[in-house]
Amino acid sequence: MSTLLKARIADVFEEPGCDKNQGKSEKERKKGCTAQLAPGAAAGGCAFDGAKIALQPIADVAHLVHGPIACEGNSWDNRHSASSGPQIYRTGFTTDINELDVIYGGEKRLFKSIREILEKYDPPAVFVYQTCVTALIGDDIEAVCQRASEKFGKPIIPVNAPGFAGIKNLGNKLGAEALLDYVIGTVEPEFTTPYDINIIGEYNLVGELWQVKPLLDALGIRILCCMAGDGRYKEIASAHRAKVNMMVCSKSMINIATKMEKRWGIPYFEGSFYGIGDMSDSLRQIARLLVQQGAPDELLGRTERLIAVEEARAYQRIEQYKQRLSGKRVLLITGGVKSWSVVAALQEAGLEIVGTSVKKSTKEDKQKIKEIMGDDAHMIDNMTPREMYNMLRDARADIMLSGGRSQFVALKARMPWLDINQERYHPYAGYEGMVELVSQIDRALSNPVWQQVRMPAPWGDDGETLGAVATSAPQATDQQATRFLSEVAAHALGLVPEEVPA
Amino acid sequence: MAHVVDIKKACAVNPLKMSQPLGASLAFLGLDACMPVMHGSQGCTSFGLVLLVRHFKEAIPLQTTAMNEVTSILGGYDNIEAALLNIRKRAAPHIIAICSTGLTETKGDDVEGYLVTIRKRHPELADTEIVYASTPDYVGGFEDGYRVAVTAIVRTLVKPLPRQTDQVTLLPGSHLSPADITELREIIEAFGLSVIVLPDVSGSLDGHIPPDWRGTTLGGTSLQDIRAAGASALTLAVGEQTREAALALQDIAGTPFEMFDRLTGLEVNDRFLQCLSQLSGRPVPAKYRRQRSQLLDAMLDGHFYTGGIKVAMAAEPDLLLAVGSLLHEMGAELRCCVSTTKSASHALLPAPTVILGDLEDLERGAADCDLIVTHSHGRQAAERLDKPLLRIGFPVFDRVGNAHRCLVGYRGTMALIFEVANLMIDQIKHHHADDWPLSPEALRAAAPVATPTPTGLAVASA
Ligand code: SF4
Repeated sequence: MSTLLKARIADVFEEPGCDKNQGKSEKERKKGCTAQLAPGAAAGGCAFDGAKIALQPIADVAHLVHGPIACEGNSWDNRHSASSGPQIYRTGFTTDINELDVIYGGEKRLFKSIREILEKYDPPAVFVYQTCVTALIGDDIEAVCQRASEKFGKPIIPVNAPGFAGIKNLGNKLGAEALLDYVIGTVEPEFTTPYDINIIGEYNLVGELWQVKPLLDALGIRILCCMAGDGRYKEIASAHRAKVNMMVCSKSMINIATKMEKRWGIPYFEGSFYGIGDMSDSLRQIARLLVQQGAPDELLGRTERLIAVEEARAYQRIEQYKQRLSGKRVLLITGGVKSWSVVAALQEAGLEIVGTSVKKSTKEDKQKIKEIMGDDAHMIDNMTPREMYNMLRDARADIMLSGGRSQFVALKARMPWLDINQERYHPYAGYEGMVELVSQIDRALSNPVWQQVRMPAPWGDDGETLGAVATSAPQATDQQATRFLSEVAAHALGLVPEEVPA
Repeated sequence: MAHVVDIKKACAVNPLKMSQPLGASLAFLGLDACMPVMHGSQGCTSFGLVLLVRHFKEAIPLQTTAMNEVTSILGGYDNIEAALLNIRKRAAPHIIAICSTGLTETKGDDVEGYLVTIRKRHPELADTEIVYASTPDYVGGFEDGYRVAVTAIVRTLVKPLPRQTDQVTLLPGSHLSPADITELREIIEAFGLSVIVLPDVSGSLDGHIPPDWRGTTLGGTSLQDIRAAGASALTLAVGEQTREAALALQDIAGTPFEMFDRLTGLEVNDRFLQCLSQLSGRPVPAKYRRQRSQLLDAMLDGHFYTGGIKVAMAAEPDLLLAVGSLLHEMGAELRCCVSTTKSASHALLPAPTVILGDLEDLERGAADCDLIVTHSHGRQAAERLDKPLLRIGFPVFDRVGNAHRCLVGYRGTMALIFEVANLMIDQIKHHHADDWPLSPEALRAAAPVATPTPTGLAVASA
């Protein structure tokens, strides 16, 4: 690893805005996110993955991955980060290096690749991602990018986050460093207003940013730039003229917020768009900080009035589900980052949280969960798939909300599951998103398919190994559902429903 | 027939290809009670895992040796040792199958040597078979990785055994789905033969709901069956990519083999059944005679929609050959063929050229075609060009039921013909009354000639 990269990593570990880091001893902190992973017992993405996640939503630039086919060939085109215009960010570009490049170095190929991209696609900038193999053979992407920038007169941005540098979260931060080093502050915006903000760490997955933007629009607040959801190169380059920074949810790009505060005096706060209360708080914070930065006072009043209207409307829409959902138990498995903001939202719908993972949560996150859920909050540090499976199979939860990777744990246990991670298809941000989330949970829980799949075969088969069958299926209270069941059984047995043995 | 062109560009745009370790992992997933491991940094495994999950919609066991920068430079011995012990303790698989990645190959880890040392130092691993395949990311692609892995499985685990005259070994290529394998197994068994499928993703990735949770693969070729392959009377190899493993079986156990470069299409299946019939001394069962005649009928019904269409295809070599040949037999013209890696299959493809390239090449070549055939990543190109997309291969992440889609045998061939023909039927334009206006000249010509009017004036030809 280049000394430059080493220094960089040490630097992001020193992050003053990260309480998780600050809570550690100095020695531990130095080790930071490079905590050794257990071979044969590890999962999750690499630093390259993290950097790409953080930056790829910048929609009008070309993202070029310098490495063998594994890094891009196996991963491109798998996120639903939406763009309101340019589509080039969805194109997979890779140098796909071969054996000769490994022996003689891949810098020439990288340079040529950049030229090809500029000639064919003419994007305003190219982001070049370092990966393990090319880092190991010593390709100096910084130098190549600099040379290419000079030669072609376009910003070519090196993103030095090879996979082996560490985990995904570190990669997010290294991606952010690339923006700080090469992009932010290099262009002046055409005009500014006292209502300009940046949103950092929001990726516009399935268009979630657009569930929030109308609220800001209504208040006259301008998103000068979003890092990086639906982002544009120029907007990000001029982000240093915003009045306020909002850090969304995870601390993946906290270094941008702290460094922009240091360099340009832009205050930041951490907020979330998930959960009704959280959404309102975020609007309040934005308004408060904008006023503090010189915007007219009256913004505060307008914000409160908007919040009142929106909250009332959201609660009213959720109300119709409350009756059906109250008492239903949720097992919440997220990366753990700010899972409390989802917890609050679920409780708003009458759902009971039987457990929530806190794997990546900070101390502060855990405290928040305790505040919301009470002292007996069931926090799970690192649940194995088998434990999840057992918990669901024994029907200690009615539904699991998690990322796509553990979905089959729930489905194999024949229990409802809802995707709340990046691969999902439904947007859950803002007031709109919470209503959507609740309606999706309701839809998942009330699907008659669960009755079907838990029904043991007439000849007595694997169904009986499922605790869920015994404890939940036969207790279906809904008349309709029970009748449906007996009809299906009758069909399977070749009888009329009345003849089906109880 | 096809002439192979290696596109010389520095930057691959919208890659078609996936990495060798991923292909190797798929092969390992077809072994029962197995834990596949990628020897590399954890991102490689994570990306591979996500793709496999999205395609098969299944929980996928896949581990990593979690190499970091320091261990990459020092060498991965410790990581492999720790991974083996960890996996043995946590999941107790019968087989741990390791493939290398670009990172560890660049460094030059001598994994085979490491394994010898680890075996010596850890008798607790005595009950676990370990298979190793060398699969650098910067060489070849998915299909190559699969080829190397299957060969490694054979070389490591198969020993010669006394010949069983009614037992055959089936080596399916990586392009065969669980349903394809099930179909072939049924056909072979219909001749009274018993069959060992190696590897057998139809046992592990067919989407069944197991009664319990297990950390390793659930189903697939058991260790016992892999070993028993040493007794088979014949190897049936499907897809050029399995030739190397078939040769290895011949080497080790003296088993002769029959190569089928594809099993999609009429004539190839005739040959397949003929071969089984000769081996077993039994006639082709009535069931397949009937299916054959159904396929004939399907070809007749379908050819109206496939005849003369121009097709742009991109796929791994063996799949390209299987689907491309069938389309050709159905009257389609293979206008643009893109593949990932060198293969003897390309020589057999009924197309003028095969480009070793990416989906950018496909998109360019597809501009004047009627149909695009490739994996799900082709949907962006299909959208932009507003053309129908037939999804084939891996990954198909925006459709369900991939495990149960069968493209081999008479039945699978028939299903594929219907699928293509129906896609093309959707493209047939609906006509309206004013779709064929006459030219102004024609209208003028057809206008009534100067009829006398009350005023005596001729009707002007306006
Ligand atoms: S770990 Fe390294 S080689 Fe693997 S995907 Fe990440 S950057 Fe690429």
